[in-house]
Amino acid sequence: MNDMSPEKKKSGLAKWSRRGFIGAGVLAGGGLLIGIGVRPGNPIGSLASKVAPGAGEQLVNSWVKIDMNNVVTAIVPHCEMGQGAHSVLAQMLADELDAAWDQVQVMQAPADGSYVVSDTARMFAAPFTLNAADWLEPTWDGLFTQLGKSMDLLITGGSSSIRTTGQNQMRIAGAAARQMLVGAAADAWGVPASEIATRDSVLTHEASGNSAPYSEFATAAAEQSMDHTPTLKTRDQYRLMGRSKARTDIPAKVNGTAEFGIDAVPEGLELSYAAVVRPPVPGTNVTAMDASRAEGMPGVLQILNMGNFVAVVADSYWQAQQAVNTVQIDWSQSESPVRTMDDQFAVFAAALDEAGETGGNQAAARGDAPAALAEAATVLEAEYRAPYLAHAPMEPLNCTAHVADGKCAIWTSTQVPLMARSEVASTIGIGADDITIHHPYLGGAFGRRLGSEYVAMAARVAQATGYPVKMIWSREEDTQKALYRCADMSRMRAGLSESGALVAYDSVFTQRHDPAEACVPAIYNIANTSVRVAEAELHLPFQAWRSVDHSQQGFFIESFIDEAAHAAGTDPLEYRLAMVENAPRHKAVLEKLAEISNWRGPNAEGTAKGVAIVESFGTIVAEVIEVDMTSGKPKMTNCWAVCDAGYVMNPDGFRNQIEGGIVFGLTAAMYGELELKDGAIVQSNFHDYKMLRMDEVPNIEVALINSGDVPVGGAGEPGLPPAAPALANAIFAATGRRLRELPIAKQFT
Amino acid sequence: MASFILNGRPVTVDADPAMPILWVVREKVGLSGTKFGCGIAQCGACTVHLDGQPVRSCSTSISQAEGREVTTIEGVAGPDGELSKVQQAWVSEQVPQCGYCQSGQIMSATALLRDNPSPTDADIDAAMSGNICRCGTYTRIRRAIKVAAGQEPPRTEAMGEEA
Repeated sequence: MNDMSPEKKKSGLAKWSRRGFIGAGVLAGGGLLIGIGVRPGNPIGSLASKVAPGAGEQLVNSWVKIDMNNVVTAIVPHCEMGQGAHSVLAQMLADELDAAWDQVQVMQAPADGSYVVSDTARMFAAPFTLNAADWLEPTWDGLFTQLGKSMDLLITGGSSSIRTTGQNQMRIAGAAARQMLVGAAADAWGVPASEIATRDSVLTHEASGNSAPYSEFATAAAEQSMDHTPTLKTRDQYRLMGRSKARTDIPAKVNGTAEFGIDAVPEGLELSYAAVVRPPVPGTNVTAMDASRAEGMPGVLQILNMGNFVAVVADSYWQAQQAVNTVQIDWSQSESPVRTMDDQFAVFAAALDEAGETGGNQAAARGDAPAALAEAATVLEAEYRAPYLAHAPMEPLNCTAHVADGKCAIWTSTQVPLMARSEVASTIGIGADDITIHHPYLGGAFGRRLGSEYVAMAARVAQATGYPVKMIWSREEDTQKALYRCADMSRMRAGLSESGALVAYDSVFTQRHDPAEACVPAIYNIANTSVRVAEAELHLPFQAWRSVDHSQQGFFIESFIDEAAHAAGTDPLEYRLAMVENAPRHKAVLEKLAEISNWRGPNAEGTAKGVAIVESFGTIVAEVIEVDMTSGKPKMTNCWAVCDAGYVMNPDGFRNQIEGGIVFGLTAAMYGELELKDGAIVQSNFHDYKMLRMDEVPNIEVALINSGDVPVGGAGEPGLPPAAPALANAIFAATGRRLRELPIAKQFT
Repeated sequence: MASFILNGRPVTVDADPAMPILWVVREKVGLSGTKFGCGIAQCGACTVHLDGQPVRSCSTSISQAEGREVTTIEGVAGPDGELSKVQQAWVSEQVPQCGYCQSGQIMSATALLRDNPSPTDADIDAAMSGNICRCGTYTRIRRAIKVAAGQEPPRTEAMGEEA
């Protein structure tokens, strides 16, 4: 990474943003169906590059329907896990279509490759191939084959739905549909298309007095030739984008009718229920099992030794759980040398020792950090630590499966329905085409449901029983036997000039996943920077956790920058401002934050403030946390956040995501920790894996800046990374005590 | 056999007397709005009303409901489906994200406002701190309770708002 300018590193997006392939067809019963496939060249967050080779070739299809009742249906490929993607993606489509928002519906795209590729694609194929030569790039060769393979990338993560699918599919689909409707009306009315206006799902030609709802021309529109780069609206033309439209999924979430994976009751199937016990130490297997007590318990149908887990199937989940709790299981020995967190940190320390001051893999370099450190007037050194964390979505992991007659049906909450399908296929030996994945709303995910091992487990149980089974993990299993945000350790050095300016920065740490740039203090203009990775083994299995590497690196970097500011004797916010002087967006965010948090004014009695700024997933977020230490323990009183995502598609939805990211980050900062004993996780449920609650959450004020002509940034993750360092920095301001490890609460008992 | 009144209607189910209300309601009766979160009365996702009092249904056996009234999220709206004041406030303040905990949050808030129509912040803290929201919607829940209490005006959908 040679150029660390945040402006430059995003330049890849605009080139292809309107490049899609569009197909249209007539709906059964009349109406227009439009499909959009896009080959984004940019990473869909960098998660995708992790899970699939050649992820730059991502293909995701989406559709729009306009039926004879003038109802517009947006078929959204992303899942809805609380981030509001269903609603805002429909909003983006409807705006380009000039659709009446109250006649727009959202439909979850099915996770079914045959539906995606054959029937629907066949309908698209004729117009698509006819005029392909005009616009098709050579790389589209073998498109439909690739489409099927690549659909495994139907993924929700990386704060990417608006940035990729929204910008490059939903808007294009809406704009293309509008142009085709206009074309059909122009033909019928014998008037120039340019004179036809569209608004609220109605076409109007003022001069001739003609007017008609979209439905009247929906079928004819399918015969129109298509512009593969339809003209998209400019911001001054938006009617829905940029507006706080109410989310379409909320009404069902207040009256108990919203269906989550755990609520699945497949029609015509009588369910049995499975409770499971997985190995307490990762990677171990069942060596002996005594299930004699469980055998006679009420409702118990089957007790299954599945090798790497034990399942009890019963008439009800509660009976299954009661019974599985009585099963005595011996597990094989783990080969991991790690028995405690001290062991884990010793493994990290050994890797960092070996890397020393210049070793390890260079992740980013600029100038000559070793030389600049040697010459610096002052050198600061610090070691930071972050613990393992569980995702702990409120909906425990679960999956309903039915395996019969060579086919498998799955009902589950997942961020990756087609990868889950592939995992089931390879696990139980049934072809992907014979597996159907139903995926309703997710009761939270935060990255956890990017992994599919629980889906494959349920499929194995259902294959063993032959009858449909709903497997539910207890909260204890969910906390102790899952996949985790990794622990990490970072050793950092800063070189300050005589005047206190940060002239050299060096860090070496042990874990690098995504996003690749998270470890680099790229927003700051530091002449000499060296960022290195000294890889070290993890005892617990990794899974991306909301904001991924930014969750640790945000804390490391922004705490350490705070140390530099204090060492320089400069106000921490002014110190940061000086280092973003040539980055107008970052500067504006910090200035606005200083204003709304009254940073430069006096603190309220008994309180102190800390600041942090992190750019992640395309969005700059700076936060100030105000903390009251008068009781001797941190009490968070206020939080101010300023965000620049370039342009916010739904301000209220965006704020809700930032608020949530802040609470998620502060929860981890205050309480989040998994300890190990004999290699197994100690914490088990919400009494010891604590969450922030109503009485502990500060007031939160979120201000937004639409800085203009830059690619749109994400919402789900960027609120999180600044939270922990802003809190730790506030506690330093109040007490003079620098916190270099998390969680915080236990350090003030 | 267990007999109780569920959302105003008498129900008799064949269930182990020790089975928690949560699982009876979800699996035996088929009302899935009440959620399983922790199983040990730590998260509040399973909150229902038992004779009007909020209880954690994951840790309250069906035998304790014998002959008594159980109200779940499905019983909060009016008979024609009209949302209660609390539910309306949850919509106007756009509270839910994933929504999984919100049935329990609404049951706790409904009980609070029935007993205390004008709660202070401290009252809200006391009544709501048994309910975890992993998505972090606490500030919106607080505001929605104040809206339902008439202490703050509902935010109408902010059409025309530019960030």
